[in-house]
Amino acid sequence: MAHSVSAPGRWGRRLAAGAVVFYALITILPLLWIFMTGFKTPQDSISYPPKVLFEPSLEGYVNLFTTRSRQTPEYMASLPPPDTWYEELVRSRDMVIAGPSKFGERMMNSVIIGFGSTFLSVLLGTLAAYGFSRFKVPLEDDLMFFILSTRMMPPIAVAIPIFLMYRTLGLSDTHLGMIILYTGVNVSLAVWLLKGFIDEIPREYEEAAMIDGYTRFQAFVKVVLPQAATGIAATAIFCLIFAWNEYAFALLLTSGTAQTAPPFIPTIIGEGGLDWPAVAAGATIFLIPIVVFTILLRKHLLRGITFGAVRK
Amino acid sequence: MSEPQDSAADKLAARVASATPEPLARRVRGLSDRAIAWLFISPTIVLLLAINIFPLIWTIYLSFTNYKANRINRPIEFIGLRNYERVLTDTDIWHTLQVTAHFLCWTMTLQVVLGFGLAWLINKQFKGHGLWTTVILLPMMLSPAVVGNFWTFLYQPQIGLFNYAVSFVTGIPPSSFQMIGDVNLAPWAIVIVDTWMWTPYIMLICLAGLRSIPDYIYEAAEVDRASKWRQFWSITLPMVLPFLMLAVLFRSIENFKMFDLVVELTSGGPGSVTELASINLKREAFEKWRTGYSSAFAIILFVTVFGAASIYVKALNKVKQR
Amino acid sequence: MRKRNSLAALSAAVLLSGAGVTQVHAQEEITLCWAAWDPANALVELSKDFTAETGIGMKFEFVPWPNFADRMLNELNSGGQLCDLMIGDSQWIGGGAENGHYVKLNDFFEAENISMDDFAPATVYAYSTWPKGTPNYWALPAMGDANAWFYRKDWFSRPELQEEFKQKHGRDLAPPKTQYELKELAEFFQGREIDGKTVYGAAIFTERGSEGITMGATGALYAWDFKYEDPPGSYKMEGVVNSPNAVQALEFYKDLYKCCTPPGYTDSYMQESLDAFKSGQVAMAMNWFAFFPGLYKDPEVGGDKIGFFVNPGQLVEASTLGGQGISVVSYSDKQDEALAYVKWFAQPDVQKKWWSLGGYSCHVAVLNDPSFPDSQPFAADFLNAMGGVRDFWQEPVYAELLLSMQKRLHDYIVADEGTAQEALDKLIADWTEVFEEEGKL
Repeated sequence: MAHSVSAPGRWGRRLAAGAVVFYALITILPLLWIFMTGFKTPQDSISYPPKVLFEPSLEGYVNLFTTRSRQTPEYMASLPPPDTWYEELVRSRDMVIAGPSKFGERMMNSVIIGFGSTFLSVLLGTLAAYGFSRFKVPLEDDLMFFILSTRMMPPIAVAIPIFLMYRTLGLSDTHLGMIILYTGVNVSLAVWLLKGFIDEIPREYEEAAMIDGYTRFQAFVKVVLPQAATGIAATAIFCLIFAWNEYAFALLLTSGTAQTAPPFIPTIIGEGGLDWPAVAAGATIFLIPIVVFTILLRKHLLRGITFGAVRK
Repeated sequence: MSEPQDSAADKLAARVASATPEPLARRVRGLSDRAIAWLFISPTIVLLLAINIFPLIWTIYLSFTNYKANRINRPIEFIGLRNYERVLTDTDIWHTLQVTAHFLCWTMTLQVVLGFGLAWLINKQFKGHGLWTTVILLPMMLSPAVVGNFWTFLYQPQIGLFNYAVSFVTGIPPSSFQMIGDVNLAPWAIVIVDTWMWTPYIMLICLAGLRSIPDYIYEAAEVDRASKWRQFWSITLPMVLPFLMLAVLFRSIENFKMFDLVVELTSGGPGSVTELASINLKREAFEKWRTGYSSAFAIILFVTVFGAASIYVKALNKVKQR
Repeated sequence: MRKRNSLAALSAAVLLSGAGVTQVHAQEEITLCWAAWDPANALVELSKDFTAETGIGMKFEFVPWPNFADRMLNELNSGGQLCDLMIGDSQWIGGGAENGHYVKLNDFFEAENISMDDFAPATVYAYSTWPKGTPNYWALPAMGDANAWFYRKDWFSRPELQEEFKQKHGRDLAPPKTQYELKELAEFFQGREIDGKTVYGAAIFTERGSEGITMGATGALYAWDFKYEDPPGSYKMEGVVNSPNAVQALEFYKDLYKCCTPPGYTDSYMQESLDAFKSGQVAMAMNWFAFFPGLYKDPEVGGDKIGFFVNPGQLVEASTLGGQGISVVSYSDKQDEALAYVKWFAQPDVQKKWWSLGGYSCHVAVLNDPSFPDSQPFAADFLNAMGGVRDFWQEPVYAELLLSMQKRLHDYIVADEGTAQEALDKLIADWTEVFEEEGKL
């Protein structure tokens, strides 16, 4: 009997496995390198040839979270012994800790803006998706296309009028301004994804509930929402990832108070020497949540990245 | 419907109901379907109008003026199509569009070849393919700015991992070439990173396409004694093509708008050899503050993407219908 | 401004009640914005005295140089309230004044008896006045600076190298007197083995993104007596900006870049120059005086191992101006506290401490003190350099002018496009367009 392409011979599979694993290893190498560099000393990070084996150090992480100043040996000698391990580490480089760095604040901004905009996008997106899914909305196709086409503008182009608008409203460099903006950008993704998920829930469920005396709104809350929970969660993670990774708007519309981590992390490099371990440490802390989310999202990834156009 | 689910839903509804003030709750519950539809959809539409449409109209308006956002006190003058004329006759703009086209063509070509190839291999369902697929997918989920910034370190001539790896394979000394600093290599440096990052995107969509082909089609082809080669060209490729085209559409739009990754990698340099349209737009709009001029450029870019995407979608629909 | 702030705060409170994102400022706390570099750390130290005296707390927002202008001009143009005090670059003064970002300080100076005569005239002209040279003050000179050079004194004093150099060039191995001597020195060290390591001639500025390559190349251009317009105020650039001297100077800078910089030195500014020098890669490097106190203190290459010299002349002696004045941001709702800081900062005693901590005071009480030239190994060079500084356009449209120059210079020097003549011709075309749009031509 014939064997199909999707069931190739043993050797075919082995070759395929070998090629894919090879590609996967190459692809993961830069990420591993970020992780490793975070635990190198600045000296080790710029050694030639690049070091694969090294004595791990937390200097990058200490540098990431602190600002330090160089002091004269006399001043160093006059100090009392260090209280903490990180102070000791900094002093071993002839420096003292001058204070905390801005990294913590910037990460906090990322968290506030990320979660705030995700919550709003999913809330608005769920309602609108239900509306589009269950009711005849005039010009529905046009509206849905319009929602999608808003993503075709380059972010810089959108930022020009938003910059002027926020300047007039006093929303520049505020958490609220960034939350509204990211919600506005994300809600299109949320509507498209959630409409797909809600379309998959049979209407009969709600209709049965409504025959039992529920109003439409009750049926939506009691029947549709629980059924769509997985889809809502997946959508939320996609919105969060977008807000978390967004760079252009954050670069142009925030300067300090509400600045998120992506425009900040690359600038760590400019402070006190080309400190790659500190940058790598910052990148590691920033990227790890997304790696976790990606693994959690595996099943819904395809949907998310294609605006629900491909559902598998 | 099962009992426990229902009771959980009841609790949720009770909580929502108790959280809503009485008159409002009554009003909401008693609403007609039509009213609910509009109530549910309008907040989103309002937000999109405020964040997308109103700004777009404003940009169109600005594109006909000489406005500069950093010169608040200067009177705004209407200058008609002058900004458009200047954008379209500016050789530097055409240069950035060429750079963008080079970037777009090569990233798409490489990503389609690699992405399709990988999907085809993964579809052979070897042991552990799920794990390795997830590993391959990782780069595309990460922040392009943060990762792009780190790639400048990997591209360092002497100490960078990339140069070291290349020298390890080819024997060229690692300090003899500079991916980011060299005029001839920099356009490829950005193509490589983008390909590294986004090949998984095309792969994932192709994989969905491959999996959508039912086995019986191949079985029928086997019965007809069609060669594997023939099967690939007459079954696999045509069936995956709509998926592949969709993936290319999404990626092309993204790469046409490309900003974060490349700005952190090369910031358009050396000279202007990697200055993509978005990077040029940022310089004009937020460094030179030529708001009117850059608005015109922004509108031209938008119309280009929109027009190209519409034509492409038509082609895509034709392929789907076949 | 208050109204706008409260609008944002109110809506934030409504939408996110309890999220704790509304900014509740301590009653008396002001934010000072500057670049992230050595002098900024010194200023943090200095400002502790201000807080102790007045009870006004100080917060700081320091941005690394490559992003500094971009971010801070964006902040000012968005009418943002992040900064109460801004130590903005000298070229911003025109825009700061004309676009209403900065508070005019004349009345304040008069009321508080702060005299601009107490500050070195070159610094007042460069950092405070707009229109240039008129008694309209928008900043107090805070940090004098110019681009200069430092070198590995320990390498220069090696007998075998001294002998070899003398044989080759017929003069001592010593800091250069002219730009061509500088290049000879750089060529001499380029690719040489020193202590088992390959070293390179010179670290110069080639950065594309902000202002780097312009600040570096003008070091050569000014030495060839480069001018932006002639006569001043005429915006007449043809034959001036692209004069044969300017072409020669630009070719020189490109030659210097091609012959004598470390590999991969295509996008380098302050940090890269420091890094190249501190890691023992280069014999000489250009950088701002601001870094010299830190370099002198460096455990690896500082002390006896480092020497300093002013930008060598060619046709004339001249240096590229750096440095900043401190301004009060007009969008701030804590202008009184910010002004109190300026008043405190202007005191001679504070200025003396500023210099001792590593900040370059512009106060005559510091600069004219007879002990000043010997107070640091680079102090005399600093006075010397400040005597012949030249600055870029300070027009309100400076950013456009600068970005054009960045592009034309980087295209020619690093990306090998066209000739020096063509680069300068194109630059004039760019600038003419800008000035025409401004109605100045």
